[in-house]
Amino acid sequence: MSSLAQGSQASAKSRSEVDKNLDRGFIWITKLFAIAIAVILVWISIQVALQAMPAIQQFGVGFLFETDWNPVVNEYGVLPQVYGTLFSSLIGLLISVPLGVGAAILLSEDFLPGKVKIVLVFMVELLAAIPSVVYGVWGLFVLVPLLTNVGKGLNATLGFIPFFSTTPTGPNMLVAGIILAIMTLPIITAISRDALNSVPPSLRQASLGLGATRWETILQVLVPAAFSGIVSAVMLALGRAMGETMAVTMLIGNSNNISPSLFSPANTISSLLANQFAEASGLQVGALMYAALVLFFLTFIVNVLAELIVMRVKRI
Amino acid sequence: MATNIRTANDTDTVLRTEGLNVYYGNFLAVSNVWLDVPRNQAVAFIGPSGCGKSTILRCYNRLNDLIETFRAEGNVIYQGHNLYAPNVDPVEVRRRIGMVFQRPNPFPKSIYDNIAWGAKINGFKGNMDQLVESSLKKAALWDEVKDKLRQNGLSLSGGQQQRLCIARAIAVQPDVILMDEPCSALDPISTLRVEELIHQLKEQYTIIIVTHNMQQASRVADKTAFFNVQTSEKGGRTGYLVEYDRTEKIFQDPQQESTKEYISGKFG
Amino acid sequence: MPSNLSDSSGNSSGYTMGSLVRSPSAPRTMFNSIMTGVAFFCGAVAIFTLAAVLSYILYRGFGSISPRVFTELPPLPFGPSQGGFGNAILGTFIMVLIGAFISIPVGVLAAIYLTEFSSGNLARWIRFATNILSGVPSIIAGVFAYGVVVLTLNKLGWGSYSAVGGGFALSILMLPIIVRTTDESLQLVSNDLRQAAVGVGATKFQTVASVVLPAAVPAIVTGATLAVARAAGETAPLLFTALFSSGWPSLTPQGLLQPTASLAVLVYNYAISPYEKWKSLAWAASLVLVLMVLIASIIARFATRRKAY
Repeated sequence: MSSLAQGSQASAKSRSEVDKNLDRGFIWITKLFAIAIAVILVWISIQVALQAMPAIQQFGVGFLFETDWNPVVNEYGVLPQVYGTLFSSLIGLLISVPLGVGAAILLSEDFLPGKVKIVLVFMVELLAAIPSVVYGVWGLFVLVPLLTNVGKGLNATLGFIPFFSTTPTGPNMLVAGIILAIMTLPIITAISRDALNSVPPSLRQASLGLGATRWETILQVLVPAAFSGIVSAVMLALGRAMGETMAVTMLIGNSNNISPSLFSPANTISSLLANQFAEASGLQVGALMYAALVLFFLTFIVNVLAELIVMRVKRI
Repeated sequence: MATNIRTANDTDTVLRTEGLNVYYGNFLAVSNVWLDVPRNQAVAFIGPSGCGKSTILRCYNRLNDLIETFRAEGNVIYQGHNLYAPNVDPVEVRRRIGMVFQRPNPFPKSIYDNIAWGAKINGFKGNMDQLVESSLKKAALWDEVKDKLRQNGLSLSGGQQQRLCIARAIAVQPDVILMDEPCSALDPISTLRVEELIHQLKEQYTIIIVTHNMQQASRVADKTAFFNVQTSEKGGRTGYLVEYDRTEKIFQDPQQESTKEYISGKFG
Repeated sequence: MPSNLSDSSGNSSGYTMGSLVRSPSAPRTMFNSIMTGVAFFCGAVAIFTLAAVLSYILYRGFGSISPRVFTELPPLPFGPSQGGFGNAILGTFIMVLIGAFISIPVGVLAAIYLTEFSSGNLARWIRFATNILSGVPSIIAGVFAYGVVVLTLNKLGWGSYSAVGGGFALSILMLPIIVRTTDESLQLVSNDLRQAAVGVGATKFQTVASVVLPAAVPAIVTGATLAVARAAGETAPLLFTALFSSGWPSLTPQGLLQPTASLAVLVYNYAISPYEKWKSLAWAASLVLVLMVLIASIIARFATRRKAY
């Protein structure tokens, strides 16, 4: 073999060694970062739990059922905030789910010409892009005055119903619920629309071919077929609503009480955190972290359920 | 130009097509179809790809309405009404003129509900169990599924699913059953079973079947319509009816040159 | 030919046959029309709400917008100067940049692993974790960043509340978005390209770096834009990490370890304050935020429309 060939053979061999190592290193780094995502998730839960430790040790499970939040005497219970989180999210979903599914049907069926649909879909997406704090500001200056008037009227006429039993005096549960409805509407619409669009068109044709009307087809064939997608949309929206902070903080009234009235101020876990954290010290910090842990746990469960539903559907 | 042939046993015409032109936007997809479909017989539409056989078929149950640019000129007379008259309800039309599609498309419901649902929304007030059983029997599927009526319709095999779709169409008691290449997604054995079914169904219903398979047409149909496609100078392809007669006549003694060529496999 | 025909078998069928002619007053037809109206109502509510929010922000914020808003510092509540929030804009910019510096490389590389180098269980779990991570409330991300950055900096004596902490919190929120959009865009790149590259002897690294990644860049940029837009609007995590400041952020290492102003926190603090000057700045800042987000969304929409693949 000539020395030239020998030389190029040697350099060819060393070059592929370099390449192989580059490849191996590259794959290793990408794998590291991919696993890092799962690590971060675990790390978040551990970190929050660690910071909550002092309060967990002090209050145990009773924390979840006590109603007093008193930094002065270091007595903490998170039940009113859990109630506020759940109730405000429920109000939000009660409004946004029907509206969102209705809008999703409008935007997935052929009620509108294609170009109009694209524009409207985009506009619904924009609703999701508006920052939470902007919704809070808008709510403060537009929703609160509006609903205070409506609320006063309802309280005067229907005050015997528990939901209307107090007079509204500014931010309250209802306003927070409505802003949550607005903020969750785009999620419900977008995901439900995707679910409806994934239903095979042959099902629609089969249904119409049997002499079904358009809405009989939509309500009795298409929506049931898209049902799991819609359920996962609702779960994701619920998770979002429970974790929503800024808009709710500005609109819920930050009062640690439990009341069935829609017009009474209330509090959520995230609002509690946002309001008190800056000036908290000592055990109060631990208690706030404990509350954060509860919130993390709630949203975690809801998101896991949503993911499981989606994964189950994809497997079919 | 094809002549509209009525034969001796065409005592009763179910669907009369008069000068039907189909447009998508400005494009003429099918031109000038004149065709009478006799009651309780099977009529096959054959022809090369793109000749408009499925398009014409879907005119009969107003399913082409789903296409935005679709426009029909001419008359399709059924029960004394022009199906394309402005005051005719397509929902009612589809009730009476049912359809079986190329790929089986049962609903993701139970076998029972697949059949019961169509009946329910059309206002069926009788004994549903009986209706489901008789529809499945008429579709030659009853013995295979009678013990698993609550199972999901999608759990059946392809051939069974298609027979389920036929049972589903029958359950709303149509006059006419349109079949758009119903066997093209099925294996040969299921195909034969569906073909046997068509012979039995003819006694109660009128069948119009679009098929790519000439042998199937000759096995199944009493009358056959041969469509062909014409390319214009601009490159647009327009379908038209070439010849329509008793099946034996079409296959043994076709009158038009293009029919002869298609039958003998020269194109298509 | 009779116009009302009973079914062909002639026996009692359990059906009552209506006529072929449309009757708009029949219950089925009426239900159909009513439901269509309901669907349109739902769409109208969504659009109307968007219009209501955007128009009000525009109306309140427009009067307060002027060049000084971008160049001046926040004013004292009482006194002559109108002030601005230039520091907040810069602060948002800095912290989002820090967040992007962390989340984009990590996210893109992680997505590369998911699409190119792994299959089966590990990928499934990582994707699952990504989706769960995207559902973590932003305030929890703030709490997390507080523990990891603020407390650590404090222990090291290097400071506490800082732009670095804020950027870190934002990166947690941006990461799942980057991973998901990059993952999807890499999957859309045709396998033929990969096989062609391997066919001429490219290594895995070369295939990804020179062939796959460039093809997916438009979609990745779109995802990054959306992530950036979201991060710019986040308030809660910054409350725990960067707090606020009335002075200019400085781009020195010391400066990045100081509390830093941001548009979102400014809106929050000033909107609920009792001072008119501050409130009008809050509206102006809201308008700036909304415009930023709008423009980013429109760009993202256009970019995906003109995808090469």
